[in-house]
Amino acid sequence: MKVDDRLHRFTQAVLLPLATLCLFIGGWEALVRGLDISQIVLPSPSAIAFAFSDGLLSGDFTWHLAVTMYEVLAGFILGAAAGLVLGFLIALVPLAERILYPYIVAFQTVPKVAIAPIMVIWFGYGVTSKIVITATIAFFPLLANTIMGLRATPHDQIEMLVSYTASRWQVFTMVRLKQALPYIFVGLDVAIVLSVIGAIVGEFVGAKAGLGYLILQKNFNLDMAGTFAILIILSLIGVGLHAIVSWAQRRIVFWIDTAGDRVMGA
Amino acid sequence: MGDTMTLPHVTTASPPSTTRHAPLIADAVRETLLRIAHVEKTYATKDGQAIHALKDVNLDIGKGEFISIVGPSGCGKTTLLKILAGILRRSSGDIAMQGRDLNGPSRELGVVFQAPVLLPWRTVLQNVMVPVEVQKRERASFEQRARQLLAMVGLTGFENKYPTELSGGMQQRVGICRALVHDPSFLLMDEPFGALDAMTREQMNEELQRIWTESRKTVLLVTHSIPEAVYLADRVVVMTPRPGRIVDIIPVDLPRPRTLAMHNTPEFGRFVARIRAHFNSTGSLD
Repeated sequence: MKVDDRLHRFTQAVLLPLATLCLFIGGWEALVRGLDISQIVLPSPSAIAFAFSDGLLSGDFTWHLAVTMYEVLAGFILGAAAGLVLGFLIALVPLAERILYPYIVAFQTVPKVAIAPIMVIWFGYGVTSKIVITATIAFFPLLANTIMGLRATPHDQIEMLVSYTASRWQVFTMVRLKQALPYIFVGLDVAIVLSVIGAIVGEFVGAKAGLGYLILQKNFNLDMAGTFAILIILSLIGVGLHAIVSWAQRRIVFWIDTAGDRVMGA
Repeated sequence: MGDTMTLPHVTTASPPSTTRHAPLIADAVRETLLRIAHVEKTYATKDGQAIHALKDVNLDIGKGEFISIVGPSGCGKTTLLKILAGILRRSSGDIAMQGRDLNGPSRELGVVFQAPVLLPWRTVLQNVMVPVEVQKRERASFEQRARQLLAMVGLTGFENKYPTELSGGMQQRVGICRALVHDPSFLLMDEPFGALDAMTREQMNEELQRIWTESRKTVLLVTHSIPEAVYLADRVVVMTPRPGRIVDIIPVDLPRPRTLAMHNTPEFGRFVARIRAHFNSTGSLD
């Protein structure tokens, strides 16, 4: 690649968005200072930055961050695994589809936020209730995408394998599983981002620790800069987890360059 | 494709044998590989109507013979090929391969499809090896064979590329190698060059003739190009639609090896005209 090209790409991909960000933050800071807006209504970026570094350095955030991350990951793994297993079952066993699918769809139509209080009563104020809530949210994207993926195999690929005397099992392992992977990764990507929401919602309803609990505390104390600082952490978590899934996707589903853009699911 | 490339176990591009020169005489003594007798296929459409896709199809295919089937869309030629490939059930009739009933896919068949149908997550070599894996054949020796086949179609150096990195003609060649890798005695080809441009298509026709001459396989080629059918075949089977049936079987006694220049000879033209005459009453080929 030519140096000019690389420079051009760097400008496009990094410098321009960075310039937008600087302009936005600078404008925000100027607005807050210029109009003398109260920090309780809208904290200035500098105040948020201070709250952010203060929270991290003092170790205030660390424990809550760990709790939330544990809830997000445990809930995601449980929900995704359940969605994956049931997805395979429903896609491969017609009887399972007839028995289970109507109830799963009915369950999905219930807003998970609405059942969060029940979960807290059932499973307590600790991490368990948040893991359950997160799992119920992460479950459906995996289920729907696994079913769709396993049914997405082009018929000509199956015919090709069958003409070479492939068994049903060989068709499954050599083609259907592979064809399902791009869909499953879309499901994982949706589920991981939703998992963060699930954990925070759970903590809002009733918790003793976690970033959602911390947001409520800061809000109660009118510490808006602190609230914004936690929002930044939450979005960093979301971006980070999404990046990990995307990275795995690019490595495993290497034959599709942008599955996330082309395949719609959930 | 260079003329120097030959099948691995054939040392030189050997001159065609006498049987190839005189397919008509050979037909009489040729052993029958596949016997198709009274094969029928009826589909039921969604609104309950029955569609007669194949009606009383009878055809004996000799060992080592090259058969082309031509006919317009809907004449049942692909249906017949899919029944032979074992991916579609016949409604009635008998199909026997070397005396044994053929009902379902067979290890003795190699199928080339309209589209290359390569698996995008497999490299060229891995794609060619699909039948070997499916049939659990000994990998090492067949991988050797796969590489030789790829060399034969001019794809040396592409073994580890992925299908998306290949042109359409190259992909179809990979599909042909895949159909040949397990050394089947019978090659079924369903409009394999239909998606290729005219130049590539003629080149592939030449290549297919060479592969056939060197490998002594029996070939059934479904096509809707009359010149392609005549150029390649020992016999051209003509089918017409509604219901799909064989209306004529035309022996082509043009000398082999055939050259692209033969397309312009009066003999070639007479065969084409005789086949085309069948479709003037029913409409065009496509």
